[in-house]
Amino acid sequence: MYPQNYYFTKDHEWVAVDGDTATIGISDFAQKQLGDVVYVELPEIGKHFNVHQTIGTIESVKAVSEVFSPVSGEVVEANAALNSAPETINQDPHGKAWIIKLKMKNPADLKALMKAPDYEKFLEGLAH
Amino acid sequence: MSYIALSEKDKREMLARIGIASTEDLFACLPPAVRLNRPLNLPPALSEPELVRHMEGLAARNTYGDFNSFLGAGVYAHFIPSVVDSLSARTEFVTPYTPYQPEVSQGTLQSIFEYQSLICQLTGLDVANASLYDGAMAAAEAVLMARRVTNRKKILIARSLHPQYRETIRTYTRNIGLTLEEIGFGECGGLLTAELESKLGPDVAGVIVQSPNFFGVVEDLAKFAALAHGHKALFITAVAEAVSLGLLEAPGKLGADIVCGEGQSFGLTPAFGGPYLGFMGCAKDYLRQLPGRIAGITKDVDGKRGFVLTLATREQHIRREKATSNICTNQAWCALRATMFLETLGHDGLREMAAQNLHKARYAADRLSKIPGVKLRFSGAFFNEFVLELPRPAASVTAALQAKSILGGLALRPFYPEMDRALLVCVTEVKTKACIDALAAVLEEVLR
Amino acid sequence: MIREPLIFEISDKGKRAFGLPKLDVPEAAGALAGLPVRAEIEDFPQVSEVELVRHFTRLSQQNYCLDVGFYPLGSCTMKYNPKVNEKVAALPGFNSAHPYAPLDTVQGCLEVIKRLEDCLCEIAGLDAFTLQPSAGAQGELTGMMLVRAYLEKQGNPRKSVLMPDSAHGTNPSSAHLCGYTVQEIKSNARGMVDLEELDRRMNGDVAALMLTNPNTLGVFESDICRIAEIVHAKGGLLYMDGANMNALTGMVRPGDMGVDVLHINLHKTFSTPHGGGGPGSGPVGVKRILEPFLPVPIVEKNGGSFGLNFARPDSIGRVRGFYGNFLVMVKALAYILALGPQGMREIAEVAVLNSNYIRKSLEGVYHLQYDDATMHEVVFDDKFQKDARGITNLDIAKRLIDYGVHPPTISFPLIVHGALMIEPTETESKRDLDDFIATMKTIAREAEETPGVLKDAPHHSYVRRLDETAAARNPIVKWERPKTP
Repeated sequence: MYPQNYYFTKDHEWVAVDGDTATIGISDFAQKQLGDVVYVELPEIGKHFNVHQTIGTIESVKAVSEVFSPVSGEVVEANAALNSAPETINQDPHGKAWIIKLKMKNPADLKALMKAPDYEKFLEGLAH
Repeated sequence: MSYIALSEKDKREMLARIGIASTEDLFACLPPAVRLNRPLNLPPALSEPELVRHMEGLAARNTYGDFNSFLGAGVYAHFIPSVVDSLSARTEFVTPYTPYQPEVSQGTLQSIFEYQSLICQLTGLDVANASLYDGAMAAAEAVLMARRVTNRKKILIARSLHPQYRETIRTYTRNIGLTLEEIGFGECGGLLTAELESKLGPDVAGVIVQSPNFFGVVEDLAKFAALAHGHKALFITAVAEAVSLGLLEAPGKLGADIVCGEGQSFGLTPAFGGPYLGFMGCAKDYLRQLPGRIAGITKDVDGKRGFVLTLATREQHIRREKATSNICTNQAWCALRATMFLETLGHDGLREMAAQNLHKARYAADRLSKIPGVKLRFSGAFFNEFVLELPRPAASVTAALQAKSILGGLALRPFYPEMDRALLVCVTEVKTKACIDALAAVLEEVLR
Repeated sequence: MIREPLIFEISDKGKRAFGLPKLDVPEAAGALAGLPVRAEIEDFPQVSEVELVRHFTRLSQQNYCLDVGFYPLGSCTMKYNPKVNEKVAALPGFNSAHPYAPLDTVQGCLEVIKRLEDCLCEIAGLDAFTLQPSAGAQGELTGMMLVRAYLEKQGNPRKSVLMPDSAHGTNPSSAHLCGYTVQEIKSNARGMVDLEELDRRMNGDVAALMLTNPNTLGVFESDICRIAEIVHAKGGLLYMDGANMNALTGMVRPGDMGVDVLHINLHKTFSTPHGGGGPGSGPVGVKRILEPFLPVPIVEKNGGSFGLNFARPDSIGRVRGFYGNFLVMVKALAYILALGPQGMREIAEVAVLNSNYIRKSLEGVYHLQYDDATMHEVVFDDKFQKDARGITNLDIAKRLIDYGVHPPTISFPLIVHGALMIEPTETESKRDLDDFIATMKTIAREAEETPGVLKDAPHHSYVRRLDETAAARNPIVKWERPKTP
């Protein structure tokens, strides 16, 4: 159920890679944990992030979650559609609800991430 | 007096159910070394009649009520309609908790929504919170908010901002790396434009100006807002005399990004300093950086309109150390009284009250400045307070007036050391012509 | 019940609810010259007195309140608010007093402040109090500022503050405002401070430990003296969040347990009404070492009269205007004078009795995460109901509303998932406690047999479950005039 070509972090972010562009979002597991999303705080275009720096936050009614950058790079696009429709995160977390696109500084950052089968195993481990 | 509702029989049954011999067993977890083994050294319990007599005795030791007083300086005596007292005393408003369970708190939540709406209408801003502690703390929160929004580290503060507001801002910002710089006032009593211009720069998060200011002078908010915005700084207006908003243009319409202030004038007694009512509002863009509780409209499962506390993710119980403020309990019942006050006075009533303040203060200033040796210290237009320059130190004059049952105003030297002969006089709608004439007559006599 | 419109929806031009006396001075010619005036206050309401009175009377009837029934909110201490306190707080002598009045005209007010401070010193076992903070959170901020000022004067303010993960959200928030980083210590398996962990984490960079005692589970940290030793040994200070003082009055005093600085809540332990969200009051008590740093001014007795001392060079300054929420102090003082020493002790005695009665009666019906003895409050959770039928603490809370009871605290403490934090206080009757117990048992049975009725609860309230998601996604926080088509 998790897109096979995506990378995943232990904090439940996903990365889809196209050349040196990394598209980043949060996983279906994460959106379920949050509940109904009411607001997404997006970073500015041009901002640089290191691995695990906070990109922004996602709010539900009773909780706030930080989104951590899985890879380092510069923000080239932010999904402004989430401003008017934050519920997209719940509806299509792996597709339409991408959060930002980064121009990767160091593609080797991807090596530290999990692929879908490992992420699914990781989730099973969390349940116990 | 005891408010315990258990009989001895009740206690026995309860102990039996728990399975212990006495309540002492329930305190076995307390370390014996620190157990208090004596009664607290407090006065013996009073019955209700004794308590009332005792407290009445304490209240009677206050003689303030016997004086013809012209004290203002951030706390104002206004008429309070009797409906405000009777309605706000209803136990359904006095005894509930914070409305975290909205289904059983619609009375509180709807009145908060109405309060927020009224504050927005008065200040000309898009959003307002449900209350802060008082004007001073609201000013501090406004300054902290400007820092969060702009990410800059300097705040420019008018020296004519209420001294207590400035002190509170200093206390709140001391440990978080914010630089504060004061801007002086001129002969007109208003902020010095040139000084403001010279101190504005890309490091300034916000500029805070009070209007009417501590001296009662109305500031040129539009001009200062434009200057601040020219440097991408936020413009904050503080309002200590909220009734002025009935007459003066809304600060939000003049360029204020944040308005903060004291709502005590809206239906709260002077009460020796509290409880008062901090209010705060901001432009729509900054909604998520606004501290304090906020009520919003929504629908229930049957489609019925209802009200809830919303945007709680800004607050301490969710965001913890990253919250916009640590505030939890605020001044909700005071905001309720303000709501009742404003809705009772209504549009025309509030404007008439404001107009009476203006005209009575002008009449007083006119009469008093005609006394030989007395002049108006500042040339700027004022609302209901003004500063007189006396021919000798103001403290000695107020003492002489007090001996004749008049509290003529606030001597300013303790707050502005260079203003030894300055007296801040406040005239609200409660002052009759006779009271004002009496002040003029006695002041003339004292100065002869 | 009639649905109550917003005041703006019944407003109409020309209505008046309050008349002022006619202006008795001549209007100043050109009074508005040089002033930025408004032509009107757009959309500001106008109603008659009758409409105003009916509006708020009907709104009040939509509120549940303490005088109607049980309000078992954990850590909120919703005890009875004595009516005599309201009466004395309304005395004109207290209400007309201007806070800038010459001190000889307001001796009664100054005496109220000093007397209350003295009583609180005795109750808390501390050397001095400030009544300036307006609520518990502001008390915490003040307390932590005192800690910082003291350590700064010693030469090093230090960098961080420790607190258990069970702490109330205002604790980290207040520490952060003081310029400290917050470090959470995980509670041990019994939900209490892990002494070894504390010893490991306590060092010369830690300014203070912020502790609630009893903690937010209602459990007394019986190692408190050892905890104080560990903190003091490394030059740190012990801050106690006194929100749960209701369990301790007259039994033990924070000062005697090694606490250096404490805040209490007059709107909890000292019976002042909660008012739908304030005003409260959060006095801060300190050991002598912190006294020089207290906010200005200090009320002092000089001979036969009371004065204000502003000459306090080490003071942290002001945290608000004037002296604090004075009328709230009047109510708290009246309460202490009414109760006397025996009454104060009886608070803790009966609060803890009432809570343990509920605990014993509901053990087995609801899950208890921790076994330890609890004092004035007990934290059950929804584990049994969740495992069996997917019923959560929220559903249980909403169903309680149908039975005419205010739900307990459900969002806190964070270390118990699905918490039901129950604090009855000492002013409940056995009959009300038994009714509550029976209701909770009924709801547990419903959770098993007819869970749907909980999921859809409440059924019998003025409004039913409200869409908080929509309110947060699209916040509408003020009235807007509907656009005419």
